[in-house]
Amino acid sequence: MKSRLLTHLALVTISLTLAACGKQSTENANEIVVKIGSVAPVTGPQTHIGKDNENGAQMAVDEANAQGIMLDGKKAKFVLLSEDDAADPKTATNVAQKLVDQKVKGVIGHLNSGTTIPASKIYHDAGVPQISPSATAIPYTAQGFKSAFRLMTNDEQQGRVLGQFAASKLGAKKIALIDDRTAYGQGLADQFEKAAKAGGAEIVGREYTTDKSTDFTAILTSIKGKNPDLIFFGGMDPQGGPMAKQMKQLGLNAKLLGGDGLQTVQFITLAADAADGVIASSPGVPIESMPGGKAFSDKFTAKYGKIQLYAPYAYDATNAMLKAMQAANSADPAKYLPELTKINFTGVTGQVAFDAKGDIKGGAVTLYQVKGGKWEVLETVSSATPSK
Amino acid sequence: MNPRHFFVDIFLQQLINGLVLGSVYALVALGYTMVYGILELINFAHGEVTMIGAMIALAVIGALMGSQVDLPGVVIVLLGVLAAIPICMALAYVIERVAYRPLRNAPRLAPLITAIGVSILLQNIAMIIWGRQYISFPPILPASTFHFGGATISGLQIFILLLSVLLMAALVLLVQKTKLGRAMRATAQAPHIAGLMGVNINNVISFTFVIGAALAAVAGVMVSAYYGIAHYYMGFLLGLKAFTAAVLGGIGNIAGAMLGGLLLGVIESMGAGYIGDLTGGFMGSHYQDVFAFFVLILVLVFRPSGLLGERVGERA
Repeated sequence: MKSRLLTHLALVTISLTLAACGKQSTENANEIVVKIGSVAPVTGPQTHIGKDNENGAQMAVDEANAQGIMLDGKKAKFVLLSEDDAADPKTATNVAQKLVDQKVKGVIGHLNSGTTIPASKIYHDAGVPQISPSATAIPYTAQGFKSAFRLMTNDEQQGRVLGQFAASKLGAKKIALIDDRTAYGQGLADQFEKAAKAGGAEIVGREYTTDKSTDFTAILTSIKGKNPDLIFFGGMDPQGGPMAKQMKQLGLNAKLLGGDGLQTVQFITLAADAADGVIASSPGVPIESMPGGKAFSDKFTAKYGKIQLYAPYAYDATNAMLKAMQAANSADPAKYLPELTKINFTGVTGQVAFDAKGDIKGGAVTLYQVKGGKWEVLETVSSATPSK
Repeated sequence: MNPRHFFVDIFLQQLINGLVLGSVYALVALGYTMVYGILELINFAHGEVTMIGAMIALAVIGALMGSQVDLPGVVIVLLGVLAAIPICMALAYVIERVAYRPLRNAPRLAPLITAIGVSILLQNIAMIIWGRQYISFPPILPASTFHFGGATISGLQIFILLLSVLLMAALVLLVQKTKLGRAMRATAQAPHIAGLMGVNINNVISFTFVIGAALAAVAGVMVSAYYGIAHYYMGFLLGLKAFTAAVLGGIGNIAGAMLGGLLLGVIESMGAGYIGDLTGGFMGSHYQDVFAFFVLILVLVFRPSGLLGERVGERA
């Protein structure tokens, strides 16, 4: 115990010295250190996705350092401080506070909506700009925080695209809705309903289930009586799978359409032979169809290995922040935040520009359909139509 | 299509949906009601026994499909059920022996809390063994559908209905016509007197748990085959519904559990199917459970011991 205490003391001394050094170099006339936080779960079941985000941000930071960016006449040295929120909302607020205490100038993160939202309050109070590469829940940017941005298509945009797609591309005339009464499922179904109605489709029924149910025969039978040509389900795959099966069993000849909760491999296993023909969406663009996808993929793979999921978004998010700092000629959040709201450049994932709420403008949604037991890309749609 | 025919078709379909769901509830409810009839204990772990049954069967089915043995799907599922039944019976025996028997003379709250504890324990063990993800039931059963009027019924649904009825009939015969059944009824009426008359109460009680577990194992496999899904948490909701069914029919009464199960299934199905149209969209299908429990409360207000609860002589 004693020896550990000594080690601790030694460590504290060292870090104090280092901190002092850091301070000196910050005050150094020709170099400033700019700390940027990166938060994602890098332990637990989502480790691979979290590490992917971190690597994407790190790559952008490394490239900026290699370029030798000047801020306010001084050479800027960008440092990425990586934190682990373990996909847990409580841990997320702790690490957010930690980063704020370390005086980061901006944060790339978090990965999940559930962690991004509670942490955003802490960044907002500290005046630290935050760009999430992957959070999709509507409330994140609906809190009125000037500091909150996201690069990923949100659930509102996704629901809208799905509704338009159902009414125009699939030509659905009579649509029945089912949602699982969760914030996600209900939100998605509401947005879908609005857009589908605007597109000229008739909503013939709305039924409800829970995120724990497995029996949908009663509501599906009721829907069958209304004879729709499309059923939209706002919910996740453990319900969607059995639902597809029961639709088939009841002889319900309507198409099943869902959001990213259904666009999983597990959905196909659960729905088995009823999966074929089901259409579901996923926010974002598949890497093959990104404007800078090929070049980024090669660069990234050489350095970190295969892209898992959101690395290109983390990369673009970091670049958006760095570009805003350059435009403001300062890493001071108060000075570069106005520039971030005006940012407009072509990133790896597409055009990067934010709307008044901090959401990505025209966020893309990709539609997939199960064919022969596999999800296949149907098309990528931009949500760049006037909202409301 | 004639609209009136169409309405009848939908009604028939909802009735079939409800009866299939209800027969599963009834099978699980029997386990609750038999134990309650004898010990006046609500065995909250019973739902988890159902889940373990489904999981064991799925593990066996998965292993058989992974091996190179070429068997028809029905045989594989049957082997899964045959593996699940003895394991669940053994599990129920151990639960009774370890968790309930030492508390048999304790205040009634103690075994109740223990039952909740066992339920949580089993859930967590299942979570550790089989993980948190949903497990899919492989589509190896023949998927035939029959048209019955304007309604459809699948071969599996018919099988579930028939098997449930068969098992329930067998149970009634066992309780009413055999020596063991007489011992069960005697123990239910007055355990001490039955003991004095030469009935081995411990054996009878163990046997009650084991029989209930066998029914639960079958119900578990049927549920996971029907919905194509199994999960470590699936026993909780199923157990709660089955317990509700047992109370609705009159807890402690075997015929009551069956009636309650079937009734609850039909009420839920009709509730979810018609509540939206009947109230003009004011209440939707999310009021399905509210509707079911409203009926339960209504029954309990007028018949506090359930629909068939007062005929104590029949309880086992």
